[in-house]
Amino acid sequence: MDRSAGFRACAKQKIPMPAATKQPVINDIASQQFGADPIAYSFMSKPGLSERVVKEISHYKNEPEWMRAQRLRALKIFDSKPMPTWGADLSDIDFQSIYYYLRPTDKVAKTWDDVPDSIRKTYDRLGIPQAERKYLAGVMAQYESEAVYHSLKSQLEKLGVIFLDMDTALKKHPDIVKKYFGTVIPAGDNKLAALNSAVWSGGSFVYVPSGVRVEIPLQAYFRINAERAGQFERTLIVAEEGSYVHYVEGCTAPIYTANSLHAAVVEIIVKKGARVRYTTVQNWSKNVYNLVTKRTYVYEEGTMEWVDGNFGSKVTMKYPSVYLLGKGAKGDVLSLAFAGAGQHQDAGGKAIHGAPYTSSKIVSKSVSKESGRTSYRGMVFIPHGMKGCKSTVICDALLLDEHSRSDTYPTMDIRESDTQITHEATVGKIGENQLFYLMSRGLSQAEAMSMVVSGFIEPIAKEIPLEYAVEMNRLIEMEMEGSVG
Amino acid sequence: MKELSVDNLHVAIDGNEILKGLSLVVKPGEVHALMGPNGSGKSTLASTLMGHPRYEITEGSVNLGGEDIASLSPDKRAKAGLFLSFQYPAELSGVSLQNFLRTAYNNVKRPSGNPIPVLEFRRMLLENMKKLGMDEKFAGRSVNEGFSGGEKKRAEIVQLAVLDPTIAILDETDSGLDVDALKAVAQGIEALRGPSLGIVLITHYSRILKYIEPDFVHIMVNGKIIASGKADLAHQIEEKGYEGMGNR
Repeated sequence: MDRSAGFRACAKQKIPMPAATKQPVINDIASQQFGADPIAYSFMSKPGLSERVVKEISHYKNEPEWMRAQRLRALKIFDSKPMPTWGADLSDIDFQSIYYYLRPTDKVAKTWDDVPDSIRKTYDRLGIPQAERKYLAGVMAQYESEAVYHSLKSQLEKLGVIFLDMDTALKKHPDIVKKYFGTVIPAGDNKLAALNSAVWSGGSFVYVPSGVRVEIPLQAYFRINAERAGQFERTLIVAEEGSYVHYVEGCTAPIYTANSLHAAVVEIIVKKGARVRYTTVQNWSKNVYNLVTKRTYVYEEGTMEWVDGNFGSKVTMKYPSVYLLGKGAKGDVLSLAFAGAGQHQDAGGKAIHGAPYTSSKIVSKSVSKESGRTSYRGMVFIPHGMKGCKSTVICDALLLDEHSRSDTYPTMDIRESDTQITHEATVGKIGENQLFYLMSRGLSQAEAMSMVVSGFIEPIAKEIPLEYAVEMNRLIEMEMEGSVG
Repeated sequence: MKELSVDNLHVAIDGNEILKGLSLVVKPGEVHALMGPNGSGKSTLASTLMGHPRYEITEGSVNLGGEDIASLSPDKRAKAGLFLSFQYPAELSGVSLQNFLRTAYNNVKRPSGNPIPVLEFRRMLLENMKKLGMDEKFAGRSVNEGFSGGEKKRAEIVQLAVLDPTIAILDETDSGLDVDALKAVAQGIEALRGPSLGIVLITHYSRILKYIEPDFVHIMVNGKIIASGKADLAHQIEEKGYEGMGNR
């Protein structure tokens, strides 16, 4: 079952938006081909992946033929590609035990009692309102917002900004979607991107017209009443020349899902002089494989900033990338990962300098405790002839005890001499003297440890919207209490 | 009266005995100077009193206000009214002095909840920093990171002033300071002197005693106090050196 809420309903940021879309009229579609009974979508509603499943998803969504064909091509690519073995251990993923699509009507299928204690406790500590907890835990099909948010919607419409879930965008703006979908991350990019391309559902579509600055961050939460994003979200952001937008996805509250795979794709196009910031704070439940492909094409004088915080999940593999394709383009990747017992956070960033005088900065901070493992995996590529490029890579790891582990896999492929490259890497432990100092001032050991950790991640935390940063600190405190016992 | 009472204290690190039967009683309102050569065990005493986990008490007792604190963790000792000004204070990257000290204040002074309002705390902090001649900007800087030796020691005394303990142990607060910094720090300590605070001033040199007249002076050599007296004892050290004292 799809038990994921996908996105955090932020308690502190009550700006809900009405459902942007109506559910498709399933009976009508179904009756054309499968007879009157909607249950005829028999493959789609069972676990497992096949051509038939993909066809049913596309048919159910009443998609244009090109999208259906693209999905089927992607499935072939998925089938033909081996699992990546260069990173985290993915050998336990069983693709045939996963549900690839769930109709909204299928979604409510369990009770509050099914939600694990640890998750309920975290909701308590983070102070998530009851109704929202049920939504997050997947007990409730929809999160009922208490207010209807008209002003944002009309404001955006006035500016010509499109902000919809991807399924609706495909129906309402097929031309723009078709023009850009899969151009930054084609299905052939990697096995998980191929899977997403075959079975994607939900995610966001954002289009910002030329010269428009969207002053308030667009939060996925705004469209939480729309079709719920699930395991295979597909997000596409197009920022036309000179525009600006900040998109925020995520949630510090753990997102509980019994389905163990999250394979999302995020494509962003930053045109000349535009700037996009994309902030993620994710806390998947600890059974989830979180395998996400995120990439931006940045054109002349454009700026892309990825801010990516990863808590939770069993395994995360995520390396937000910037392809700097025009003179003066800039790309930053700030990545934060926290790995507790049994978790492996394999994160980092990539910068491909495809034009001269481009600059990139990758900052990675990771914290591991107990048997938790973090890896920094990054790449900077500057081909010959790309003069005047600058790149800075900083990766710092903090180990909280002798059982935790951190590795660094930096790749620097620099083929041009007229460049400025810096790379710093540190691995540190919380020092006995630091703890003693803090405790001598009245802080308990857990408080002392969380203060050191908060300080360590501060350079990235300060880039995250305040309400998320505050919750992130509370999460860290909880993790520390757990580790001190 | 909440006095600190150390009786026949024996302390070992990794099996090596450093303190060998040290006794000392400090009452609120008193200033005790503890002097001794390098390696005499002064800093070991400071760390042990505050509860550093590496120092093992093998014999003897440490009481504060009649309560045995020897088995308490450092945070509980702080809450009981003990303070240590470190010779080498730790650096805390990304943690502002203000946030750190407010958290400490709430733990030590408001243990039952009811935390101090942020602005009220900031006023109190800035007032104390001003007295020590510290620029306001230090409140927002990471604790001790990039501070000079003098700035670190000033920050320690600011913490002492804010946390308002019953007994403060100042471990070589005068070391590594130039004349001006020494004077500022010493005056800061002198200003805190009063009937509710007992001070153990650990020092190698007597120069800080020019600014702070102690009520008692103890000479520590080889893990023990070998001589105790009034302020004039410090002057004898200046003349005879520690070796001379050992012959008494």
